[in-house]
Amino acid sequence: MTDLETRLDDRLRRVLPTDADYASARHVVEKRTTLGVRNGVVEPPAASHDEGVMFTVWRNGGLGYGATSDLTDAGLAAAVDRASDWAQATSGRSVVDQTPLLHTVGDYETPVVESFDSMGLVDQIAMLTNADAAMNVDERIVDRGAAIIRYDVETLLVTNAGGRVAQRIRQVFPDLHATANVGSNTQTRTYGRAAFGGQGGLEVMAEHGFADAPVRIGEEAVALLDAPNCPTGIMDLILAPDQMVLQIHESIGHPLELDRILGDERNYAGTSFVTPDMFGSYQYGSELLNVTFDPTVAGEVASYGYDDDGTPARRTYLIENGILQRPMGGTISQVRAGLEGVANSRASSWNRPPIDRMANLNVEPGDSTVDDLIAGVEHGVLMETNVSWSIDDSRNKFQFGCELGRMIENGEITGIVRNPNYRGISSTFWRNLTGVADDFTTMGTPNCGKGEPNQVIRVGHAAPHCRFSAVQVFGGVA
Amino acid sequence: MSIDDTRQQFDDLVTWATGTLQADEVLLASLRGENSDFVRFNHAVVRQAGSVQQRSLTIDLISGRNHAEGTVTLTGHGATDQARVAALLDDLRAQRAVLPEDPYLLFATDGIDSERSVAGELPAAADAVDAVATGATGNDFVGIYAAGSTFEAFGSSMGQRNWFDATTFNLDWSLHLQGDKATKNAYAGTGWDEQAFRSKLEWSVRELAALGRVPKNLPPGGYRAYLTPAAMQELMGMLSWGGFGLRAHETRQTPLLRMVTEGASFAPDVSIVEDIAGGVAPDFQRAGFRRPDTVQLITRGAFDSHLVSPRSAQEYGVATNGAEDYEYPLAIAMSPGSLPSDRLLDALGTGLYIGNLWYLNFSDRTACRTTGMTRFGTFWVDEGEIVAPIEVLRFDDSAFNLLGDRLEGLTDTAETILDSSTYEHRSMESLRLPGALVSEMMFTL
Repeated sequence: MTDLETRLDDRLRRVLPTDADYASARHVVEKRTTLGVRNGVVEPPAASHDEGVMFTVWRNGGLGYGATSDLTDAGLAAAVDRASDWAQATSGRSVVDQTPLLHTVGDYETPVVESFDSMGLVDQIAMLTNADAAMNVDERIVDRGAAIIRYDVETLLVTNAGGRVAQRIRQVFPDLHATANVGSNTQTRTYGRAAFGGQGGLEVMAEHGFADAPVRIGEEAVALLDAPNCPTGIMDLILAPDQMVLQIHESIGHPLELDRILGDERNYAGTSFVTPDMFGSYQYGSELLNVTFDPTVAGEVASYGYDDDGTPARRTYLIENGILQRPMGGTISQVRAGLEGVANSRASSWNRPPIDRMANLNVEPGDSTVDDLIAGVEHGVLMETNVSWSIDDSRNKFQFGCELGRMIENGEITGIVRNPNYRGISSTFWRNLTGVADDFTTMGTPNCGKGEPNQVIRVGHAAPHCRFSAVQVFGGVA
Repeated sequence: MSIDDTRQQFDDLVTWATGTLQADEVLLASLRGENSDFVRFNHAVVRQAGSVQQRSLTIDLISGRNHAEGTVTLTGHGATDQARVAALLDDLRAQRAVLPEDPYLLFATDGIDSERSVAGELPAAADAVDAVATGATGNDFVGIYAAGSTFEAFGSSMGQRNWFDATTFNLDWSLHLQGDKATKNAYAGTGWDEQAFRSKLEWSVRELAALGRVPKNLPPGGYRAYLTPAAMQELMGMLSWGGFGLRAHETRQTPLLRMVTEGASFAPDVSIVEDIAGGVAPDFQRAGFRRPDTVQLITRGAFDSHLVSPRSAQEYGVATNGAEDYEYPLAIAMSPGSLPSDRLLDALGTGLYIGNLWYLNFSDRTACRTTGMTRFGTFWVDEGEIVAPIEVLRFDDSAFNLLGDRLEGLTDTAETILDSSTYEHRSMESLRLPGALVSEMMFTL
């Protein structure tokens, strides 16, 4: 520990109540930098330094928190008092009357191959300016932009019985977009809508081919203007990894969150079609479906050593050979449900309490090539890059749209189509999984919303190309 | 710390920072903060309860047409906050030195001071928990109580000061019967009235009783429908996503593109205004511009005016009307119509009474075609009588249809809805909307 860290550790411990059944202080510093170039103009860069602490107190069956950006001694003491007051006010009225939380000791830090800060601001601007210019392939491009958002998050969790978890997470989210228009026809292509993010430094840009993407994105936006609408019908569907991100997120991730199953989210994010009795026996998908909760994947968006309750993270199968195995629920939800879960109790920042969230939720690769998947389609479409997402509050009836579709006839790609959409029902869709490719791309999303009070959190998803049969596909307004 | 103390500290901090500026530097400072209580309920007991006190300061440091922006959290203690601001100013100067000029920089140079305070009398936090938990006993009550003071301020090195604070509460809840069968309600304002809360809760209980009937499973197709103001809130949310901002129009990404390119319109009954004077959002923005009391967005079905941020104003050569960069309405209001609110079911006749919509998104943005789900409190109505709840349905239809030739009428009263969103901080957005009767709404799944 540095002197600064030692002093902070001491100051937090000093104000934690020793007589509480459990008490913790979770200090978070999040530095966010945003840099972008739009239509050749450097947008004003923005940097934020967000710092605060949340105290949590369990006493006599009551649970309370107090969060503050006032890190003076007086501010810390006042926040602890508020947490204690809430614990008293909720005693005998809480969903859990005993604390199951651990007093863990450990640390974690994002492995960084090449620090982003090794590239100066001038060079970063030049990189984005070049990328922005490269998308300007045609006079029909009416808007374009290149941007990078970076997060550097340091978290220190200390507890009143010697627990101490220190973590530092560094994430990079590059983004590109090009919009083409003629009359009432507007088409946009993006760099995965920020899906190609990851943990690390400059290497994140290279791993997802950022340098080569702009020209392709510009050209595809223009090409979509002249492409036919996606046809309507029941057909085979292949989803590229940057649409699989969304498909996994909405129709596997959210339904398996244990707090949804327990009803916490029913007033806002919704419930789940999954019920506790399904674990261990329910056929969630075809036997090709293998899904892991895995915060240990190097470089994926939501890798960490411990969740925000201090529970150690490990790789766990949630669905194995199509059979549902376990939910995503942190320590508190596990006690409430009487089910085993995972280390996924996460908070968006110091000002929100941890709840059950996705971390890295991945579909494991299969043994087919992408070409094999395409060759097996007589009439179908391959869809790339999510643009629209909607699903019912039980996470069952969904409708998703993509930026670009590639028609497949007799095992070969024949051309592109615009406005491709598809709809289905989660509980049957995954059973129609007929092929899983051997590619495996780590991605994620920076914008998963949930919780009351609301929280946005960054989650990771990795997936291969996947093929589904008998899917309801359609296009846009003619 | 009191609101008055917070305001004085902000003023002192901006004055102090102004004194540290170099040469021709200009400083724009925006404060945002809250002292909030959050109590989350499930099954009528508490899931999580706590308080959040936060404040952050965003500074745009300008020299000529060069500038850089940064945000720091504040402690509320003078010396500590001065040190943080001093460090931020050093960082911004270093960035600014290597940045090119910003052709779209625009900020208020002759801004007008303002202040607005929405006072509230809130119960002690523990009393609020007691009232809700006691009132909800016996019901499967799920929701959140959010209460306290929020504040926003603007200050510049040119001496301009704007202040806004509001002390409010927002209890947003649902009562659940089984599965996804539930009814939704909210009680929000500046003063807690036990009887008013009880009355709303009793309404929820009565509506819940109707959900106990065997649900009707409707096949996909077109149905006559009445959309409550809460359901209209979701549709307005989609229109607001690029529908009114100048940049979205100029870059042809607006869902109202066909209004721009083809002269498409809504029904003449539809008039929509950004009503800052009638809402609860601050009337100033982060570059120091004041927002006008109203901006007419849609007038008698036709597009009227854009929301224009300072950057868009510079980029496209028009005047700003005080929109933030994202050009999203903060206090949208739709004019009521003539449909008697007390005879809705009669007017609907046979069709769907849609209490809430959920998870909307564009299925074809440029055609304003939107998909989403029915949710809480949605019923099948037969000859003016509620018959049964329905199993959730997915709609996929264009606002040009629903607010166009299929719009039969808007209710004669409009409901004020205080946004219950709490992402990062408690929202100060609001809406004032009537209900809408449509001859047909297309459902697909």
